Amino acid sequence: MKPFQYIRPKTIKEAVQAVADDSQARYIAGGTNLLDLMKRDIEKPEKLVDINHLPLKKIEVKSGVLRIGSLALNSAVSHHAQVVKRFPLLVQALLAGASGQIRNMATAGGNLLQQTRCPYFYDTAFPCNKRSPGTGCSAINGISRLHAVYEVDISNPQKACIAVNPSDMAVALMALDASIMVSGKNGERKMALDELYHSPATQPNLDHNLEKGDLITAVELPHAPLAQHAHYLKVRDRTSYAFALVSAAVALDIRDHRIQAARITLGGVAYKPWRLPAVEKQLLGQPISITAFRDAGVAALTDTRSFEHNAYKLKLIPNVIAEALKIASGLS
Amino acid sequence: MIEEQVNGQEKADQTLPDHVFEDRRLFLKQTMAFAGFTLAPVSFLTATPDDIPIGDHERVKLSVTINGQKRRLSIDPRMTTLDLLREKLTLTGTKKGCDLGQCGACTILIDGQRTLSCLSLAIMQHGKKITTVESLSEHGNLHPMQQAFIKHDGFQCGYCTPGQLMSAIACIREGCAGSDDEIREYMSGNLCRCGAYPNIVNAISDIKNRGQKV
Repeated sequence: MKPFQYIRPKTIKEAVQAVADDSQARYIAGGTNLLDLMKRDIEKPEKLVDINHLPLKKIEVKSGVLRIGSLALNSAVSHHAQVVKRFPLLVQALLAGASGQIRNMATAGGNLLQQTRCPYFYDTAFPCNKRSPGTGCSAINGISRLHAVYEVDISNPQKACIAVNPSDMAVALMALDASIMVSGKNGERKMALDELYHSPATQPNLDHNLEKGDLITAVELPHAPLAQHAHYLKVRDRTSYAFALVSAAVALDIRDHRIQAARITLGGVAYKPWRLPAVEKQLLGQPISITAFRDAGVAALTDTRSFEHNAYKLKLIPNVIAEALKIASGLS
Repeated sequence: MIEEQVNGQEKADQTLPDHVFEDRRLFLKQTMAFAGFTLAPVSFLTATPDDIPIGDHERVKLSVTINGQKRRLSIDPRMTTLDLLREKLTLTGTKKGCDLGQCGACTILIDGQRTLSCLSLAIMQHGKKITTVESLSEHGNLHPMQQAFIKHDGFQCGYCTPGQLMSAIACIREGCAGSDDEIREYMSGNLCRCGAYPNIVNAISDIKNRGQKV
């Protein structure tokens, strides 16, 4: 591991300044991903700015909005009474992720910014456009079992990247219309979670749309009547402690057995949690039925493409969506 | 020589295999020439005393309580909590399996919460309380969970066992040992290549059902 200087600022402002002013500085919170990457010499910060002592752990409800401090631990969020009561979908997604130990370390902000688990990104012996821009993507003609099926552009071999975002938490947050609060050099701003992620189409090495020094300070969830009819379904290689092959976070607003509003987001299939607005729209006004849910699953396959080893995801996706909708609506 | 404070008394560090670190320091000095010193940030030189932990690229000061003993140490900022325990303090009960956060062999309690010592920097534990497997037995008597692991044959080679024990105790304290399924789910971060899983579940379930305090 490359030597680094360790500092522990006392205020958000000092922390932002420290990272904004030094191109080689990085924030560290839980460290469960960053330290892993540093041990492999993939991340080589010269300065680590420890933010764990900043006042960003609070979870609270204000004017109907749930605000989760970015340093709130995954375990703390999943046990918080207001989260359990209002957003069971988020609790399910959190508990489907990682292990008891890691959930005690990982923070909300760090979870959102975690790096892909594409094996070629982690193995420095292989070319990887995300790790070393312009070298090529090893997954496209390699073992592509874990890789993306949405928004895949491989027309330019020097820019292509088919890695997926590994977060479970973010899939639920995306379905729940989450926003994030970001503190930067020019003050605080709010952005939709969807705007956080940078499309790999142009610069696959850029994971997110944050500026140098930007610090996520909170995640905000608006009050949503559909949060109660919700389910997070995760399919993985083993029953627990594995990343999603395909997961679905679904939420429904059901009145008189008809769907008034729907949210469907997939995990494990794209560079970001993949929201399916067209499928959500298709469900509007429909009575809850197995047929409607199966049709929704099939509709999700529009604009997908698979590679040599991940065509199974195109069979999984409709089934995972239909099953999650069945459970969320109480049909199964 | 590095100093540490044990139970309020300053004394020379007797547990330190320091030649390892001296060698590394020498290597760094040689390879970095004087760059490290000339580039040392001014903020370090002007830092106030309450800014601890402070230090440069080579050494930072750390104050941490380990198994009830307060330690004041000076460490390389890159040192993980796991390496601090094993290499510097010779508390080798905590095991290094994958060193990448995938196996759970290094599980310890930090401020009572189970965490992976391989995926955390020692310096980030400043001011915290660390509990390792060495603290479980008291006056030569095994902890109930240790006894249950023996009773139920919860290990073969034993390498993952310290991590399993710490995780098992935390699992019960967290209230996540209500059923065998729940135990399996909440113990999934601890891998056992010998495959002693059913017996580990039995051991935890036994302690939970007997209502024994862990």
